[in-house]
Amino acid sequence: MQDLGIRVLFMGNNFMRLLGGLWVTIQLSLISILLSVIFGILLGIVMTLKNPVTKCITRIYLEFIRIMPQLVLLFLVYFGATKAFGINLSGETSAVIVFTLWGTAEMGDLVRGALISIPKHQYESGAALGMENAQIYRYIIIPQTLRRLIPLSINLATRMIKTTSLIVMIGVVEVLKVGQQIIEANRYTVPDSALWIYVTIFFLYFLVCWPFSVLAGKLEKKWKN
Amino acid sequence: MENKREADSHFLCLKNKKGSNGVDIDFITQYAPMYVEAAKLTLRLGAIGILLSLIVGLLGALVQYYKIPVLRRIIAVYIELSRNTPLLVQLFLLYFGLPKMGIVWTSETCAIVGLTFLGGSYMAEAFRSGLESVDKIQFESGLSIGLNHSQVMRYIIFPQALSTSVPALCANVIFLIKETSVFSVVALADLMYVAKDLIGLYYKTEEALLMLVVAYLIILLPISIIASLLERRLRYAGFGN
Repeated sequence: MQDLGIRVLFMGNNFMRLLGGLWVTIQLSLISILLSVIFGILLGIVMTLKNPVTKCITRIYLEFIRIMPQLVLLFLVYFGATKAFGINLSGETSAVIVFTLWGTAEMGDLVRGALISIPKHQYESGAALGMENAQIYRYIIIPQTLRRLIPLSINLATRMIKTTSLIVMIGVVEVLKVGQQIIEANRYTVPDSALWIYVTIFFLYFLVCWPFSVLAGKLEKKWKN
Repeated sequence: MENKREADSHFLCLKNKKGSNGVDIDFITQYAPMYVEAAKLTLRLGAIGILLSLIVGLLGALVQYYKIPVLRRIIAVYIELSRNTPLLVQLFLLYFGLPKMGIVWTSETCAIVGLTFLGGSYMAEAFRSGLESVDKIQFESGLSIGLNHSQVMRYIIFPQALSTSVPALCANVIFLIKETSVFSVVALADLMYVAKDLIGLYYKTEEALLMLVVAYLIILLPISIIASLLERRLRYAGFGN
């Protein structure tokens, strides 16, 4: 029985359709990751300021975003924004908004952590060598910060790709939805297709995320000191 | 003219009923019990899943710590598979895929198995990093003062490893409870399901979403606060080395 189910993947352009669905997920995550990195670096720098007002605001933002399940945030934007402000956001737009908000919070925290982990004497030693402020950042602070930041950011990126799978719940046609469509279309000809489709989707996600995880692990080990 | 006034008064009436901030209090009191039930379900399944994850994680970490030949490879593959796929996809596979192979599980079983499959690897990583953080010399010192193997593990390695892994374990607990929010895809009436249901039935979006956020805050805030207190307290354990 089971060996028959797998042929659903090779019927028509089913496999390409699945890949197309996966591409929707990846595109949305890439946009969100890019925006999160930009805003996250800004947020991280703002968070290191000693100003109590910015400290309080960023803290509340960070705690709220991190404590809410991402699906709740998606619901808030997708259903809430329409009702409360009368703006009709598509599933894709809400997804980018939510994952950017969430990614910015996570990235901001990583940037803050990396920045405060640089001991003060690094700045002072740079100054003692006669470097200007710009030079201290260019040659001493930023390279060290990046070494701590890059492996963690890659991990965050894989988390964001995985979390983007939630967009199927707000009606975006992505890989799971395409899978369901294929299963429904072949309900009578290939009744066992569900197993194979979901196994395929499982491994597709794995193949997308795994290389990043391996890379992050390698870089972390390499830059440990 | 008369009609308009009537309409206005009707409108005012509606406005008054909604309360000053536009939130329908009656609706909230009427449907809050549904959220309580849903929250109980989330907590119950979450607690079972987290407990099983801790067991799977500890066993996995021990297998890797002792470098047991074949099992070690299996655990390594499991950890990679579980950490690099979303829970949503895992649940779809368990709930819609496996029945085609003759394995039919109830929604609750699927949810618990899925959460354990996901959580086990995260917990294993947390325990493993804790165990690795204890220097090997401690093991040898324990043996040299005449403790046997299990005593060394019990009195020397575990206490130190555990205090190092606690922050990661706490973070995983919060992460796993947050992940339970996708349980509605396996036909469980969890908080997300109730919220979506109320939005669909009554179009009371603000109220339904407000209650949803409050419900998750009530569940997750105390856990998050306890976790940070625990972390602060256990930091003293690390000062010895």
